[in-house]
Formats: sequence, structure tokens, C-alpha cells
Amino acid sequence: MPLLQVESLTKRFYIDHLQREIDVFADLTFTLEAGQFMLIGGANGVGKSSLLRCLFRTYIPTSGTALFAARQGNIDLAHAADVDIALLRREELGFVTQFLRPRPRVSALELVAEPLVDGGMAWEEAIEQARETLDSFGLKQPLWSAYPTTFSGGEQQKVNLARALIAPRRLLLLDEPTASLDSATRQSLQARLAELKAQGVAMIGVFHHPEDILHLVDSEIRLTTTSEVIEHVVD
Amino acid sequence: MMAISNHQSNHRFDAPRLVNASPLVQAVGLSKRYGAIEAVTGVNVEAYPGEVLGIVGESGSGKSTVLRLLNLEEMPDSGTYTLDIPSVLGEDLYQLDRFARREVQILNIGVVYQNPHLGLRMRFTSSGNVAERLLITGERTFATLRQAARDSLAISEFPLNRMDDPPRVLSGGMQQRVQLAKALALKPALLLLDEPTTGLDVSVQALVLDTLKRLQRERRMTIILVSHDLGVIRTLADRVMVMRHGRVVEQGLTDQILEDPQDAYTQQLVHAKL
Repeated sequence: MPLLQVESLTKRFYIDHLQREIDVFADLTFTLEAGQFMLIGGANGVGKSSLLRCLFRTYIPTSGTALFAARQGNIDLAHAADVDIALLRREELGFVTQFLRPRPRVSALELVAEPLVDGGMAWEEAIEQARETLDSFGLKQPLWSAYPTTFSGGEQQKVNLARALIAPRRLLLLDEPTASLDSATRQSLQARLAELKAQGVAMIGVFHHPEDILHLVDSEIRLTTTSEVIEHVVD
Repeated sequence: MMAISNHQSNHRFDAPRLVNASPLVQAVGLSKRYGAIEAVTGVNVEAYPGEVLGIVGESGSGKSTVLRLLNLEEMPDSGTYTLDIPSVLGEDLYQLDRFARREVQILNIGVVYQNPHLGLRMRFTSSGNVAERLLITGERTFATLRQAARDSLAISEFPLNRMDDPPRVLSGGMQQRVQLAKALALKPALLLLDEPTTGLDVSVQALVLDTLKRLQRERRMTIILVSHDLGVIRTLADRVMVMRHGRVVEQGLTDQILEDPQDAYTQQLVHAKL
């Protein structure tokens, strides 16, 4: 069984005050193996980010299944219990956006170390890894112990990427992480993603400028407004 | 046109398969009425070890009543409540006599109320308020009591140079820290928070939230948090139950409830936030 096997996945929103349903995407079917990188293509508003959110269960898929080969056995992300999804998010599933949600009085180092601590690592060790990761994304050392609430947009993005990519994950969902990065940070990100892919991490990504990561892409799924899906393999 | 009042989809979720721990808290079918008013009707609560469960809803939704039932302060008209703790394994806590119930509460459940007057003796010293918890368990050595109170106040990030000030001369944020220290003194498995930051200044609220988040990470406590503030819920809770008119209308992962609410009422609630 592949790492992820999505079948007939469909998402519709029901907006009560409008008393109507809004179609997002319908009947998506695809598979993904460990170490594979799948690009989601398509125009704005065809539901690319919504697909990622359905797989992370920020959205509840309306129908269909998404079978994930978790370490402890196969599980359908579309129907798994909330506590199972919470567990997978701590250990196997990652979601990378371009936005940091800083909290008052929590330092950059602590924010980055938290996913490791949530996974069971001791603080000292997690902080040590956080230093390395922040360094690899080029955040200036004097800022490590400062509070990101006051950082510039570019600095927050570095913290965000470090936090999102520090803990080992088996499937990463990438929601335009390269949008508005400076070129040095973009290169760090490309390098990090290449390294993770080589380690066998599977990725599904939406990219505004796919040329940044094209050399990593194994396959592409294109969403269209008619919900027709074209899947092809890039060589 | 016929209104569709509840679109909670037919989506069925599986029972947990990866998480093999039993829930710490399992309350089934809680109902409570006050005279003609049905405060809580058929509410189930399940919380796993180390999990933060949020309960949201407007005033009068029954959320604080649920918390009082879980704190064994009040008895429901019907329903059962078990805690996955060796001394009371499998026992319905509502069937215990008053004294046994009180003991379960003191040893295993900590609580922080919105109103510090409910949780603290305002004229005792702060350290005395915390030490009182240990006195009840039979500890009598002054030095031990004082050290335990100091430790508990320290992890709640209370300034120790003020530990002998009575709560009535402290600020609201500090009073909440004394309540928290008292709640944590006996290392409870379950911490109940009833609007713990409501009424505090925004900056103080952030500090108290930060302390709670830190403690939860370090101690892996199970926390049940009642709040009408979705920002507080987003910061702390893993999962959320939405209550209205005494019933649970929806529950789910916190980000799912906030970004893809299924129930009509939850949609209103989420869209009403600033």
C-alpha cells in the first residue's frame, strides 16, 4: 500500500446563513509513495489549499477516503477519530504555511522547539535542535531569544519554516510556503525540502512559483473548475 | 422555505484506533435542571490523558454547569462519571458518598474559577491558601508545607517575594496565579479552568495563557477549559465542544471547529468573532 491513497475525495461547504452549498472540489483520486513530491496545480480558487486542509482535517471532507499508512497501521484521514488525527499531527503529518502564529512572551527558540517537545523530546535537546534549525534558515542569532511578535515579516517567515520543518514527519502538506520569501530563505527552504525528500518524506504542495521546487516534483495533479483531474508524472 | 437548522453532516467518524490510552475523563449522559430550567441535557464528555478540551458557548449554554458537575461540586439529575485513576477505576463517582467524593476531588482534580473569590480565602496569605490543599491530605510539618507552597507558586510563575501577601491585595492576574498554584499543589490528573482569563487585561491574559500552555506541555495534564473567548480556545485547546441551550451541538479539532464549522450555530459563533 502506498503512503497515501486518496479515493473520490470531495469537499463542499454548507453555509447556513446563505442556505446553500458551495462546491470546492469533487471526486479526487490519487496515490503518493514515501519520498514522492506531488504538486497541486490549477488556477486560483479551484480548491488547492482546501485539498491540503482536508488531508490535515482542518476541513472535514464531504465524502471519499484518504487512506494513510500510519506507523501503527492504515487509517482513513477522512474518518479517523479527532484524537487519532491529533496524534498523527504530533508525529507523522506536518502542515507548512507562510504564516507564523507567534504568542506573546514565547521566544523564537521556544516556538521552534515546541513541536519536538510535543513529540516527547526533553526541552534542552529540543532547544539545541531549534538553534541549528533557526541557523539553517538564516535567522540572526541575537533574535533567537527574542519574541517573534515584534519581528519583521521576513524574520517571522524564517521562524515559521523552522518550526514547521523541525520535527520528523512522514507526510508534509505545503501551502505556498515560498510565497514572498527572500531569495536566501527560499534557497534554505529548497535545500531543506530536498533533504527531507531524500530521507523519504512524502510531500504534497501548492506553489505560486513552482519553478522554485520543480526539480523535486515527481507528479502533478491539476484541479480545474470542472473538477476534472489530470494526473501526470514529471520526469 | 423550510429552515435547515442543523446541517451537522451525516459524516461518521471512526472510534480511536491509533490512540490506545483510555480516556482519563468519561462522563456519559449528564443532565441537570434547576427548577424549570434545563441547564444541561444529555452531555457526554471524553478527555484523553494530556489533552486540552475546550468547551465554548454563550452565557447560559450550560458550559459552566458541566464544569461544576465534572468538579463534583454538584450532582447531576442523571448521568455517570468515571476517571481513569487506579483508586476509583470503573466507579461512577456520582455514586460515591459525600466524603469519598470530596477525597477524589481534592486528590485528583484542580480548579481555577473566573472569580477568585470562589477559589481563594482572600484574607489568608497566598502561601497559606496553597498550603491548605496539603493540610487536607494530612501533611502537618510547617517546613514541608511552606516548601510545597513555594514550589507550586513558583511553577505558576507567581512572584515569590509576595507569597505571604493575602490575595485581596493582589492584582487579578496574580490572584489567578494563586488559584492555579493551589489547583496544582497536589499534582492533579485533571485541571478544570472556568474562564480563567476573562476579566484580566489583555496583556495579563497573555501571560496567564502562556503559563498555562507551558505547564500543560511540561506536566502532560488533562485540562478541560471553559471559555467564550475563541482566541483563548485557539491558543490552548486541542479539541473543542460547542454547547448551546444545554446541549453539545458540535465537537471537533480546534482548527476544524474554527475554520470548517458544520453546525449552523457554530458558524454564527465563529463568524461573530472580531
